Amino acid sequence: MEERNVKIGLEVHVQLTALKTKLFCSCPSDYRGKPPNTHVCPVCLGLPGALPVVNRKAIDYAIMVALALNSKINEKIIFFRKHYFYPDLPKNFQITQYDRASGAPIAIGGFLKINVNGKEKIVRIRRINIEEDPGKLVYPTGSIITSPYTLVDYNRSGIALLEIVTEPDMSSPAEARAFLNKLRSILEHLGVCNCELEGSMRADANISVAGGSRVEIKNIGSPKDVEKALAYEIVRQKQAISKGVIVKSETRHWDDLRKVTVPLRVKEEEQDYRYFPEADIPPIVITKDYIEKIRESMPELPDARAKRFIENYGLTEYEAQVLVTSKWLADFFEEALKHYSRKPKKLANILINDFLRWVHEKELEPDRIKAKPQHIAELLKLLDDKVISIKILKNILPEIIINGKSPHEIISERDLVKISDKEVIKKIVLEVFIEHKKSVCDALVNKRAIHYLIGQVMRKTRGKADPELTHKIVLEMLEKVKKGELRI
Amino acid sequence: MSVKAYRLEALEIIRNIREGNLSITDVIEDFLERVERVEKKINAFITLRSKDELLQEAKIKDRLLKEGKARGRLLGLPIAIKDNISTKNLRTTCGSKILYNYIPPYDATVVKLLKEEGAIILGKTNMDEFAMGSSTETSFFGPTRNPWDLERVPGGSSGGSAAALASGEAPLALGSDTGGSVRAPASFTATVGLKPTYGLVSRYGLIAYANSLEQIGPMGRTVRDVALLLNVISKYDPYDGTSLKVKRPDYLESISKFNNLHRRVKIAVVREMFEEGVSREVVTIVGNVVNKLVDEGFIVDEISIPVIKYALPTYYIIAMSEASSNLARYDGVRYGFRANVHGDWNEVFSETRGNGFGKEVKRRIIMGTFTLSAGYFDQYYFKALKVRTLIIKEFKKAFEKYSILISPTMPTPPFKLGEKIADPLAMYMSDIETVTANIVGIPAISIPAGFAKEKLPVGIQLMANYLKEDLLLAMAAFIEELTGLKNLIAEV
Repeated sequence: MEERNVKIGLEVHVQLTALKTKLFCSCPSDYRGKPPNTHVCPVCLGLPGALPVVNRKAIDYAIMVALALNSKINEKIIFFRKHYFYPDLPKNFQITQYDRASGAPIAIGGFLKINVNGKEKIVRIRRINIEEDPGKLVYPTGSIITSPYTLVDYNRSGIALLEIVTEPDMSSPAEARAFLNKLRSILEHLGVCNCELEGSMRADANISVAGGSRVEIKNIGSPKDVEKALAYEIVRQKQAISKGVIVKSETRHWDDLRKVTVPLRVKEEEQDYRYFPEADIPPIVITKDYIEKIRESMPELPDARAKRFIENYGLTEYEAQVLVTSKWLADFFEEALKHYSRKPKKLANILINDFLRWVHEKELEPDRIKAKPQHIAELLKLLDDKVISIKILKNILPEIIINGKSPHEIISERDLVKISDKEVIKKIVLEVFIEHKKSVCDALVNKRAIHYLIGQVMRKTRGKADPELTHKIVLEMLEKVKKGELRI
Repeated sequence: MSVKAYRLEALEIIRNIREGNLSITDVIEDFLERVERVEKKINAFITLRSKDELLQEAKIKDRLLKEGKARGRLLGLPIAIKDNISTKNLRTTCGSKILYNYIPPYDATVVKLLKEEGAIILGKTNMDEFAMGSSTETSFFGPTRNPWDLERVPGGSSGGSAAALASGEAPLALGSDTGGSVRAPASFTATVGLKPTYGLVSRYGLIAYANSLEQIGPMGRTVRDVALLLNVISKYDPYDGTSLKVKRPDYLESISKFNNLHRRVKIAVVREMFEEGVSREVVTIVGNVVNKLVDEGFIVDEISIPVIKYALPTYYIIAMSEASSNLARYDGVRYGFRANVHGDWNEVFSETRGNGFGKEVKRRIIMGTFTLSAGYFDQYYFKALKVRTLIIKEFKKAFEKYSILISPTMPTPPFKLGEKIADPLAMYMSDIETVTANIVGIPAISIPAGFAKEKLPVGIQLMANYLKEDLLLAMAAFIEELTGLKNLIAEV
C-alpha cells in the first residue's frame, strides 16, 4: 500500500561473502560456525602496531556493485576512521569511508529501478562505502539484560562490508522490501554476496510519517522483516500523531522475536564520530580503463535478464520481473527450460502461480527447496501428454518441492496416472448413476446436477479421471437414460 | 681479549666475529658486563633479556658459525630495540602502564629482518610514554639519564636507545621518529640517528603514535653503522600500505661511492632554524661545522623558508589528532592493563584509560580529540593539513636548488631532568628543529657537531630530498670525518 506521506530511506550493509579473506588482513572470511576468536590475527584484533592493507578484490567487487547501481565511481577513493568506543570494535574506530571533509567513498549517486504491483519506481542511491565489520558480542544467556557478563568474538571483525545508502525515496514498506529484494538479486547475480548466509545482508531503515520526525530502525535482518518493522512503525507513528503525541527523532531497535520496534536509550547529544582520513591506507586511484575492464567482466544483471526472458521466451514484463527477483529462481527457470523448451510461458506460469505461491505461503527458504528444475519440466511434460491432470499436478507439487522426488516416482507410488480409458470411465459413471439415482433424475432437467455427478466420478477416482472425457461420457450416458436405452 | 667489544663500532664487532677474533659469546658476555656496570645509573632498558637466554642464543650462533651454517649481515651483533617496536614473546610496553604486561604475539617487520640477519636482541629500551616527549622523562618505568651527565636528560623519545649507545650498552639500536624522537636523543648523547623518508622502512609492528609522521630509524655511534642498519631494515613490506615500492641502494657503499662531495652537493642553511629559541652556544657550534664545510670548498647559502614558523603548531595538531585515534584501542579488553573495577563498559574502559595513561599522553589525547571534533575539525586539523601541504611545497622548492639543508638538531644542549617536564610548551619547543622533516616526509640525520660547556653534546641536523638517504649518509660521513666526532662513548 503506497502511503502518500511516508518517506523511507535504507542503509544496507552487505558482506562481500565471495571474498576468501577479510578486508584488511588475510584471515579467512568464512567465520560462520567457527570456534570463537580462531579466525583472527594482529590486524583484525587491532593489536598495537598492526596495519591494514586493502584487499583489492574487495575494491573490484565494490566497483561491480556501484556499476550495477548506476553510481559514479570516484577516481580516487579514500578511507576514513570513524570513532566510537565499543568492545566489538577492536581499535575503537572503524575503518570506513566518508563523503564529507574531503573524503571520497567508492561511489556516489546512482539509482535502482524497482517494481511493486506492476508499478515501476526509481530509488536513488546516495552513496556506497566500503568498510570493516565489527566483531560480535555474545551474551551467555542470550539476552543483554539477563547476562552477568558479555563475551566478544572477533571472527567477524574485519569482514568486508558494503554500506549502500539510499535517498528517502520509498513510500511504503512493500517498496522497501522490493528494493532489498532487487538489490539482493543484483548481488547474487554479481556473485559477490551469498545473501542466504545469516547476517550477510542487514539493514537500517529511516522512516518519517507526515507530522512526525525521522526515526531510525536498526538491526533488521531480512527484507521481510524490514517490511514488517516499517509497517509496525507506520502504525505506531500514525497512532501517536492522531493522539497528538509528538514522534521523537530517535533510534529504535527491531526486536526480531516480538516483532516490534523498541527505543534505544535516547542520547543526550549527537554522536561525534570524529571522522578523519586513515593515513595507513594511501588513496587508491581508480582509472577509467580499470572501471571499463571490470564492467566488461560483469555477468548479466537481473534487468537485462528479464529483458531477455521477454524477448526470447515471450514472457510478460511482470512474469520476467518476478523470475529475476532472485538469481536462484531465474536460474531454476532457465535450467528447467533446458528440459522443457516447448512452452516457456507455461513453465513460467507454473513456477510463478503454483510453485512460488506455495513456497511463499510456507515461507520456505531456498535451501529447503529440494525440487530440481528437471522435475518441474517432467511435470509439465506429464501434463502435456495427459498422463496427469492439472489437479494432480497441483496436488503433488508440494511433495516434489519438499522431498525432491521425481514426478514419475510419486505418481507411480500413489497410483495417480490419469484415467483416459473410455471403458473404465463408463464403468465408473455407471456405478455413480446407480448410487445416485435421484441426482440422475435431477440432471435430466437441471444442468447443475450434471456437475455433481462429475464430481462424484472424480471422487471415486481420486481425481485421476480425465475431466473432459468424464464430462463427455456423463452427457452421453444421461442421453441414453433419457432415451430409455439405459436403465438404472 | 685485548679490546673491549663494547667499545667497538658495530661494523668492527661484526668483522671480528667473522674473522674469528671474537666469538659471539665473547661479545654478548662483554656487553652483559657493561650493562651490569652502568644500567643502574642510566635506566636505558625497560626489559632486558635474561643472561641465560642471551648466552644460549650466542652459543647456538657460535656453533652454527663454526659449522659454516651461520649467515647474516648482523651475525652475532647485539642490538637494542625501542620499546614501541613489537617483539614476539618479548614484552613491549611503549613506556606505558597501560601496556606494562603486553607481550606481542608477532614480530614487527624490522625485527623479523634483524633476526634474519643474525642480530641478537638485547632488550627493549626506555622511551617517553607512547613516544610523546622529548626527554624520556614521561616513561612509566622512570626516566633515562644522559650518560654524559647523569643529571641531564638523554633527549627523547628514543632516549633509552641513544643512552644505551652512548654508554656502550649496545653497539646499534632502533628508535622511532615522529617529530624528532631519533634525532633529538642522538643530538643529546653525541650519537647518530637517522629518520628515513616516510615509507622507506616498514612501520608494521611499530606501535603508532602519529602514523602519518613516523618512521623507525637506525641509531648508532657512527654514520657507517647507521648505514649498515638501514641496509637491513629498509625493504618494501606488503604488510605496510605506505611502504614504498622503490629500489634501495646499498647505503654503506654509497658512503664511499660519492667522491668530491663539494662539487656535487649544494648546501643551504635555513635562517629560521638558527633564530627563535636557539641557544647561542648551539648556533656557534653548528656554525663552526658549517664554516669548516665552506673551507672544504662547499657552496653554502643561507636561505629563508618563512612558513617554517608554522611547522611546530602544524606538527602538534596533526600528531595529537592522530594520537587520539591511535590510542583509542587501549581499553583493557584484549590486552594490557585493566582497571580493577566492576561496572558497565563505559565505566571499565574509562577507569582503565584514566589509570593506565600518564599525564602527557592524556593531555595529547584530549587535545587531539578536541581538534578532530565536529565544529573544530576545519579550524584545526584540516587547516593543519593545508599548512602541511604548503610546507611540503616550500621544501620541494628548496630542494630544486640545494641537495642538503643544515640546521641544529636541538635548540639547546641537554637540559636537566625535571627542568621542562612541568612546562609542556617549553618541552614542545625543543622539537622546533626536527618536526619539519616529519611533516614533509624527507630523511634527516643528526650527528655530533661538538660539545658545549660542561661537555654537553650538541648535534647538527642534515636534511635531504625524498629517498636521498644515500647522499645524506655520505654527507654525514664526510662531516663525521671532518669533526672527528665518531664512536663516542661516555665514561659513565
